[in-house]
Amino acid sequence: MHRSPISYDRIVELVEPESTVLDLGCGNGELLQRLRLERSAHGRGVEIEESLIRECIANGISVFQGNLDEGLQDYESQTYDYVILNQTLQVVHQPIVLLREMIRVGRRVIVGFPNFAFVQNRVQLTVGGRMPKNSTLPYEWYDTPNIHLCTYRDFHQLCRQEQIVVLRQICMNGRWRIPAGLRNLLAIDVYFLLAGRHRNGIAAKASYG
Amino acid sequence: MSDGVPRVSHIPMADRPNDTGNCGIVEPRYYTFGERDDDPGVHLDCGQELRPVRLCYETYGTLNRDRSNAILLLHAFSGDAHAAGYHHPEDKGPGWWDMMVGPGKAFDTDRYYVICSNVIGGCSGSTGPGSVNPTTGRRYGLDFPVITIADMVRAQVRLIDYLGIDRLLAVAGGSMGGMQALEWASSFPERISGSICLATTARLSAQGIAFDAVGRNAIMSDPRWNNGDYYDSEPPARGLAIARMIGHITYLSDESMRLKFGRRLQERASAELDLFEQFEVESYLEHKGGTFVDRFDANSYIYLSKAIDYFDLVESKGSLDAAFVDSSCKFLVLSFTSDWLYPAYHSKEIVRALMRLGKDVSYTEISSPYGHDAFLLESERQAPLVSAFLNTLMREREADA
Repeated sequence: MHRSPISYDRIVELVEPESTVLDLGCGNGELLQRLRLERSAHGRGVEIEESLIRECIANGISVFQGNLDEGLQDYESQTYDYVILNQTLQVVHQPIVLLREMIRVGRRVIVGFPNFAFVQNRVQLTVGGRMPKNSTLPYEWYDTPNIHLCTYRDFHQLCRQEQIVVLRQICMNGRWRIPAGLRNLLAIDVYFLLAGRHRNGIAAKASYG
Repeated sequence: MSDGVPRVSHIPMADRPNDTGNCGIVEPRYYTFGERDDDPGVHLDCGQELRPVRLCYETYGTLNRDRSNAILLLHAFSGDAHAAGYHHPEDKGPGWWDMMVGPGKAFDTDRYYVICSNVIGGCSGSTGPGSVNPTTGRRYGLDFPVITIADMVRAQVRLIDYLGIDRLLAVAGGSMGGMQALEWASSFPERISGSICLATTARLSAQGIAFDAVGRNAIMSDPRWNNGDYYDSEPPARGLAIARMIGHITYLSDESMRLKFGRRLQERASAELDLFEQFEVESYLEHKGGTFVDRFDANSYIYLSKAIDYFDLVESKGSLDAAFVDSSCKFLVLSFTSDWLYPAYHSKEIVRALMRLGKDVSYTEISSPYGHDAFLLESERQAPLVSAFLNTLMREREADA
C-alpha cells in the first residue's frame, strides 16, 4: 500500500508516549520502529506478506502473520492502547467488521485512508469521464487492490452509524492541513483517532484537541 | 518428532539453497557429570536421580570473547548431536541440519558458536536405556527411568554451564526440539535471549499420541523385544522398522507422497496381479525402516516417544500464560501449512499466549508441501527468517554490552 514517511508523521503525532500499539498491515515495520524510537511505544505488527515479515524481524519488530479479512480473533478485547490501520481500510473485504474488531481490541483506533472525494478524483471522473488515477490512487480500475474506497464524509457517517466516537481528525493535502469545511473537497489523506462509545466512555472524553 | 537425519534425501530438493560451504570434518565430544558423590546428576521429573550422565555434543564456529554468541540446537525425535559437517570424508551425507548450519548459512558459524547435543534417553552417544547401569553393571533396558522433555533440558543446562556460557543467544529446534526450546524459555528464562520454535506444540494432539502408541506397540509386539532386555541377543528390528514406517507416514503429507511416489509400482515384472509386487511408497518405507534399525535403539524409541507424549506445558505449569509469564526472551515461532502432525493451530496457541503476556513474538506459517518434515527441508523459506531473527538478537546483545 501507499505509505509515505509523511503519513507516518501524522500517526506518530496521534500516539501518546509509552503506549502499546498493534499495527494492522504493518509492512516492513517502519511505522512501529518510529513509534518505538519517538514514542517509546511497545508495538506489534500484523502482516500477510512473508518478505515483509522477514523485514520486520530484521528490524526487531514482533510480527504475526495474519489475514485481516479473517478478523482479529487472535487478539483479546481492550488489550492495546492503539490499533492502527493505515492505508489498508479500502483493501479489506469487510471494512465494518474489521473496524468493529479494532474497536473491540484497542482502547483507541487510528485509521488512515485516501479521501476519494478529493477534488482531483472528482474532476477525473466527472470531466474526464475516467476512473480516477493519480499519485494517491495509482492503479487502473482493473488491477486496483482498492475495493472499498470511501470519502471523508462517508467515514463520518459510518462512525455515527457504528456509534464510534471521533476523538480527533487530521486531514492533509501534502504538507497542508485542511481546515473544517473544506476537508471533503481538498484533503488527500485523512487520519481519524477513534474510540468505541459504549464500552469506552472515558476514552471518548479524552483531552485530545 | 521427525526424521532428524535425512541423510538420504527422500524428497526432490529442487529448492536446495546454494551450498555456501559447510563445517568440514567435525568430531563428537563428550561431557560426563554426576560421577563423583559431590557432583549431582540430573534430578528427573519422575523423582529419581540419573547419574552418571554422559552427553555427546558437537560444536561449530568459535565462542567469542564475552561468550555472547552461543546457540544451542535441539534435535528432533530421531536426531543426534551431529547437526552439521561430516565425521569422515567418505560420509554419505552431512549432519541433519547442514542446510541451516555452516559458514554464511542461517546459523552462521562465521558469527555464532553453535552447539548441538544428543538428548538423554537417546542412543547416539548420550546416556539412555542402552547405557550401562552403574548399580547393576548391565544395560539399563527398562530399568532406565522415565524421562521428560524438561529432564532433557536440565541435562543441557549442565552442558552449557560446563562450556562456561551464562546466557545463550538462542535455543532452536523443530518438533521435539521445539518442545525443548519452549521448555528452555519457560524454565530457564534467564539463560536465553531467544527461542526459535519450529513445527512444534506445547502439547501433542490425541492423534499424535495415537500414532506414537502404535509405534510402541509394534516394538513391544516383537518377541525379540523381550521386555526391553535384548542387548545381549538380536534386537527387535522388525518391530522397530514398523514403528519407523508409521512415524515416516506422519512426517510426510498427502501432497509430498503424491509428488514423490504417486501410484507407481517399484518393478513391474509381470502383467499379472500378485500380492508381493510393491508400490514405490511401500519399498520406500521398507528402506526407511530398514536403515533406521541400524542406527536407533528400540528402547530409546519407546522412552523418547513417551517423553513427547507426556510433554504438556498447560498441565505442568498450570496454563500457557503461567508457563511463559517469566520468559524474557524473544520468540520466533514457525509452522508449516501441510504439517498435520504438529498443525499450525498448535503454534498459534503458543503465540496467542505470548501475545497476551506482551512478549516479543513473531509468527509465520510457511506454505510447504513437505508435511511435518518441512522444518528440515524448507531451508530456503526458513533460513532468511531465522537469520534475521538471530541478527536482531545479536545486535541487541551487542547494544547491551
